[in-house]
Amino acid sequence: MSRPFTPKVLTANDLIEGDAVWLTPRDEWSRNMADAELLEDEAVAQDRLLFAIAQSDVVVGAYLVDAKASDAGPAPVHFREEFRTRGPSNYPHGKQVGA
Amino acid sequence: MYTYTDFDEKFVRERVAQFRGQVERRLEGALTEDEFKPLRLMNGLYLQLHAYMLRVAIPYGTLNARQMRQLAYLAERWDKGYGHFTTRQNIQYNWPKLKDIPDMLDALADVGMHAIQTSGNTIRNVTADHFAGAAADEIEDPRPIAELLRQWSTDHPEFQFLPRKFKIAVTGSPKDRAVTKAHDIGLRMVRNDAGEPGFEVIVGGGLGRTPMIGKVIRDFLPKAHLLPYCEAIVSVYNLLGRRDNKYKARIKITVAENGLDKIRDLVEARFDELRREFSGFDQDLLKKIEAEFTPPTFRDAQLEGYEAYRAANPAFRSWTDTNLDDHRAPGYAIVSVSIKKHGATPGDASADQMRALAELAERYGHDELRISHEQNVILPHVHKSDLPAVYEGLRAADLATANIGLVSDIIACPGMDYCALATARSIPIAQEIAERFDALKLEHEIGALKIKISGCINACGHHHVGHIGILGLDRAGVENYQITLGGNGTETATVGERAGPGFSAEDIVPAIERLIGAYLHIRNDADETFLMTYRRVGLTPFKAALYPEKEAQNAA
Repeated sequence: MSRPFTPKVLTANDLIEGDAVWLTPRDEWSRNMADAELLEDEAVAQDRLLFAIAQSDVVVGAYLVDAKASDAGPAPVHFREEFRTRGPSNYPHGKQVGA
Repeated sequence: MYTYTDFDEKFVRERVAQFRGQVERRLEGALTEDEFKPLRLMNGLYLQLHAYMLRVAIPYGTLNARQMRQLAYLAERWDKGYGHFTTRQNIQYNWPKLKDIPDMLDALADVGMHAIQTSGNTIRNVTADHFAGAAADEIEDPRPIAELLRQWSTDHPEFQFLPRKFKIAVTGSPKDRAVTKAHDIGLRMVRNDAGEPGFEVIVGGGLGRTPMIGKVIRDFLPKAHLLPYCEAIVSVYNLLGRRDNKYKARIKITVAENGLDKIRDLVEARFDELRREFSGFDQDLLKKIEAEFTPPTFRDAQLEGYEAYRAANPAFRSWTDTNLDDHRAPGYAIVSVSIKKHGATPGDASADQMRALAELAERYGHDELRISHEQNVILPHVHKSDLPAVYEGLRAADLATANIGLVSDIIACPGMDYCALATARSIPIAQEIAERFDALKLEHEIGALKIKISGCINACGHHHVGHIGILGLDRAGVENYQITLGGNGTETATVGERAGPGFSAEDIVPAIERLIGAYLHIRNDADETFLMTYRRVGLTPFKAALYPEKEAQNAA
């Protein structure tokens, strides 16, 4: 039996900067996870993954990952994805300082 | 020190030009990521969690002031003003942009450096004893051999697509400071009965998910046979090593599955063929390389000033107690500069600090610097009369921490703060342990202790050979830290034993504190180090300290 589908977002790294990005409902890549499209249907998610993989001139290594709805928009479930929305913990670098 | 020949210069420049074209084609969309990835990896460029990462080789850990200044320049011009020194004597830049990489590589080529073969299934940066050419206990400087191996392995056409990566370490001392027994090939210089220097050749060591201590494949290899013998080993591995399973592809598995005797027979047979092809050009080349590693002209000077400064300045005295090692020249010392200030990121140096180190190396250190696998910087040749000036210079650059070999001198991989492969963070754990023991003011009382932290099973933080090893894992979506005890990375290398169930990020530092508390209680006296105590009493009393609830249950 296959596992029930859990909500997901599509994420990747920006080709030039390497920064974490998420696919929005408007087919754009945002540096802010809250802008992401929350994918609650498996068939739609697979379709969006194919779209993302075809965007290889803009992003690298697109993958689907679990996410949950929040008031601000989609939010991470796993700590790894949470770190990707923020940056490293040893310096104020990366997204947590907007750079 | 080795300086690039016209051939080296041309080769490195050509590689940069090729990569510049490849980056342009990637940015234009002419190359897909699948096509580009192997090309960028060949040039040391990774894509990590938040950004690209460029890994630059510091061959056998040696660099001069000009090169160190250039590393500082790269950090400031194209990164966030710092660099991270790694356990394989590389420096990593955590924030470069793809379009800037060719310029960074050109800037490295300006000072005879590159990022070639710092990734991929090739022979990686050859590492060496960081005290090479300076250590009192050394038979010979191993760096000419390491440079010969670098030239031989760089772009070697037979070895560009090995089953897996391949790491070689070399030491010229019987005392192993290069962790040779945890490398694919470890070379330990020894003398034969006639007193001639040669190598004990160790094969099939490695850490990672299947840690193995290397096995001696040849007790004594004459120096002149080194290159054909190493080529024979890699050649046998290239054909025999498994390519069906990435986790079984390293030579340690090849040796374990086939047995050392079979590997030795194959290597000796291949060596017999190869040695005839090495008609002596390698020895001519080695002679030229050796001429570039002539020791500096050591000087004589009075030591009264040093002794008086030491007597008058307790902080300086404490630093000389922990951060100096015996030099082979009278009046000289090897200075280990700690890149482990309490609470700072292990191995990270700012551009200003790199420049300060370059300045000190130039003024007081015969223009030489080393990067240790323990993520510190070494000034290998300092006359003791210059130590007060060196110390004050280091203090001004916030580099005078007196903790070499102590509990806060922790190896930590970048972990999940940067690395795409990591399963948990390492850096914050190292920071917290260092700060905790600094606050307790126990560090010097605890004495020699090596804590090593890896943020995943690949073990870049060498946790298996830490006296206390910490491995960060993902347990059901939460960071979890497993402790191993009794590991050791020297000539008596041992893989540590797992102590029991892991601890959460909140509980790991108190657990380490209980562990060390137990050691202080159990040890015979202050001369019995943590490792000696562990070897005497074994795991049980430490387990009791780590898991007091379980102990209480057992007693009930």
